[in-house]
Amino acid sequence: MFRFVVRRLLQMVLAFFGTTLIVYALMFAGQGDPIQALAGERPVTEAQRAYLTEKYNLDRTGVGGFFYRYFDYVGNLLRGDLGESLTGRSIGEILTTAWPVTLKLALIAMAVTIVVGVTAGVVAGMRRASIFDNSTLLLTLLVLGIPTIVLAPLAQYLLGVKWQVFPPTAGAQPSLYALLLPGIVLGSLSLATALRLTRTSVAENLRADYVRTAKSKGLLRRRIVSVHVLRNSLIPVVTFLGVELGNLMSGAIITEGVFNIPGVGFNLFRGIRTEDGPLVVGIVSVLVVVYLVANLLVDVLYAVLDPRIRYE
Amino acid sequence: MQVRRLAAWTALPLAVTLGLAACGGSGGGTGESNPDAAVRIEIAEPQHLVPTNTNETSGSQVLAALFSPLVDYDAENKPYEVAAESVTSTDNTTWTVKLKPGYTFHNGEAVTADNYLDAWNYGAYGPNGQNSSYFFEKIAGYTDLQAASGTPKAKTLSGLKKVDDLTFTVTLSEPYSEFKTMLGYTAFYPLPKAAFSAPGVLAEGYEQAPVGQGPFRMKGTWQHDAKVEVEKYDAFPGTKPKVAGVEFRIYQQPTAAYADVLSDNLDVIKTIPTENLSTAATDLGDRFQQSPASSLQVLAFPTFQKEFSNPDVRKAISMAIDRDEITKSIFKDSQQPARSFVSPVVAGYRENTIGAAGEFDPAKAKAMYTAAGGPAKIELSYNGDGGHKDWIDATCNQLKANLGVECVGNAEPKFADLLTKLKAKESVGLFRMGWVMDYPSMENYLGPLYSSNGSSNYYGYANPEFDQLLAEGAKAANEEAAVKKYQQAEDLLAKDLPVIPLRYGQNNFGHSTKVKNVEMDLFDRVDLLKIEAVK
Repeated sequence: MFRFVVRRLLQMVLAFFGTTLIVYALMFAGQGDPIQALAGERPVTEAQRAYLTEKYNLDRTGVGGFFYRYFDYVGNLLRGDLGESLTGRSIGEILTTAWPVTLKLALIAMAVTIVVGVTAGVVAGMRRASIFDNSTLLLTLLVLGIPTIVLAPLAQYLLGVKWQVFPPTAGAQPSLYALLLPGIVLGSLSLATALRLTRTSVAENLRADYVRTAKSKGLLRRRIVSVHVLRNSLIPVVTFLGVELGNLMSGAIITEGVFNIPGVGFNLFRGIRTEDGPLVVGIVSVLVVVYLVANLLVDVLYAVLDPRIRYE
Repeated sequence: MQVRRLAAWTALPLAVTLGLAACGGSGGGTGESNPDAAVRIEIAEPQHLVPTNTNETSGSQVLAALFSPLVDYDAENKPYEVAAESVTSTDNTTWTVKLKPGYTFHNGEAVTADNYLDAWNYGAYGPNGQNSSYFFEKIAGYTDLQAASGTPKAKTLSGLKKVDDLTFTVTLSEPYSEFKTMLGYTAFYPLPKAAFSAPGVLAEGYEQAPVGQGPFRMKGTWQHDAKVEVEKYDAFPGTKPKVAGVEFRIYQQPTAAYADVLSDNLDVIKTIPTENLSTAATDLGDRFQQSPASSLQVLAFPTFQKEFSNPDVRKAISMAIDRDEITKSIFKDSQQPARSFVSPVVAGYRENTIGAAGEFDPAKAKAMYTAAGGPAKIELSYNGDGGHKDWIDATCNQLKANLGVECVGNAEPKFADLLTKLKAKESVGLFRMGWVMDYPSMENYLGPLYSSNGSSNYYGYANPEFDQLLAEGAKAANEEAAVKKYQQAEDLLAKDLPVIPLRYGQNNFGHSTKVKNVEMDLFDRVDLLKIEAVK
């Protein structure tokens, strides 16, 4: 196990450099003229151009210039300095204020997914082809079919504006209640997937040999399901949820935008819209680390859930 | 982004338009005014909160609360003194600015001429990289403060001189009759001594809590991505606001702000998102308001190309376009059809200066086009990131149907890409342009765009007579005389038609039931001295 973790950590270093390099290159290649992008469509004066060029090392052109800037950037990154956005704000600071909000939202979404999704999945798996099973199938298909870009404004309009059950937007220091609606919207997508996964897995395991053995030796059905079946059925669900948590941590661009929650996705969206290269690359670099760690945790959890899995 | 721009402005949903204090005021709350309440106004995250570095509407809106301008604009869009006692000149070159006594900064400092000189010198100094630096380019000595590399020759503008504590003079490098009109913009606010850590060096953290001399002062600091709060400044000697404070709440998407206005969680949204425009009138009733804005959308001709060098070809194309139809069906009346070269928000605007060329007349257009030997294929170039495809396609379809020509829309990724091609005189066909004024003057709509050496003259239009009229306007004895010259210049444009005026921008704003007297000013800002909270 220890060796496995070390090996994975080493791979993570490579993956980190690889992904940041790609992101940096894409952002860099995508920008026609970063100075012009920053200035909007106004003519930029020579003096301003000189000032910005020097500030962002833009005078080094070509491949050499690119790597100069990249290593300069990674060097600062390793020292914990994420740099400044094009409007002069510290990206580290932006992330420290954005992350707690995103985290809260992610946890609510996760809770919704687990409580509703996994429970309903287990029930549906145990009562295959029942009315409950069929109606959840229909509902999940519906939710999976509606993209967030439709679902979020719709929920906002109906529950926030029309019936006024929830506040329509959450804002910067939201109460738990204000985050509930965006959390449910955000969670509903992974909820549907988690539900389908759990259902299939439970249904399959119920037909497995060990369940028949357990039944024949007279174990209580409740014990069979809660101890044996559930534990084995959760393996694919945990994988999914782990990856999903990484996803949720990276912020939800659409949901955070619709409910005006200044989280990570909100800032990432602004960075992309205003072609703020440093901001986008800064946020994405940190997100890469989050993903890698989330994946590692999932792999370790496997071994805990299934003793048959051994890491060397 | 309300400055001199060849706007791609639908690209940034919040960065649109400028406004006029015209209609509005009547709608919405009818209750009694509550002077103890604060109002909540939607903005986007400001880029900066330093006057000379702020050139987008969100930052400008916040600064309008914290600062009081030298001049403001009356109902005829003419400047009148606010923080200035008088702004006078005998030769349009040397201007004397006298300040009203009694103004203090929020930290207690008295406002003096030095505060203006310090702020303007800081803004104009090239290495400070201020976004609104070019507003000072008319002042003598501006070029000495710029350098493409290294340190500029001078640190202060030679044209700025202090006379006494409340008087200073501004010497321009060339006469300019409408200098007073310029002074209403954000870039010309003063800065307190406390803003500088050393002469010419802005104190770090100043923009987190800017200290101004306006009707409101900061309440706490700028909370990035969340809000900026201001409260009434009691020692303000000018017109007092009718509310106790303002919360500028930061939104990323206008749709979120719109949902909040509908449920009274927010008081004013300045730009109602296009997708909500069709229902805004039913949602908000008379709380949905519209007022003219300064932006102007045109289709420009590369007049340096032979096939478009004949004014009759240009006129025929103009007559083959049904502006009213496109404004209505594509823009849902969120913009207004344009038939002049300047916006209705500036003094000297006349309706329909292009005359017959602005009338939709397919039969006449086709006859004229054929007679003038117009090209059989027309290309319309635009920037693909600005949401222009729909109206370009509609225009193309009209040209196809009415002139019997082939017409294609050509999307360039960014407006900058289009400009690069134009500068290289590559053939792009007709191209779209937008213009948002810097200050409310006819000159600002004519000089940069159509004079032979205009900074944004991309069509190769050169008319010595036009240049001459603009120069005479700049030297004119007073504003009325200047406007006359500019109107003559506009008439020349109408004859030559280097661009086809298509649409004026419009503010489409709305407010909650908790406020009344919501009006937009010339720079797309909510008028903070007029807005009232309702009990």
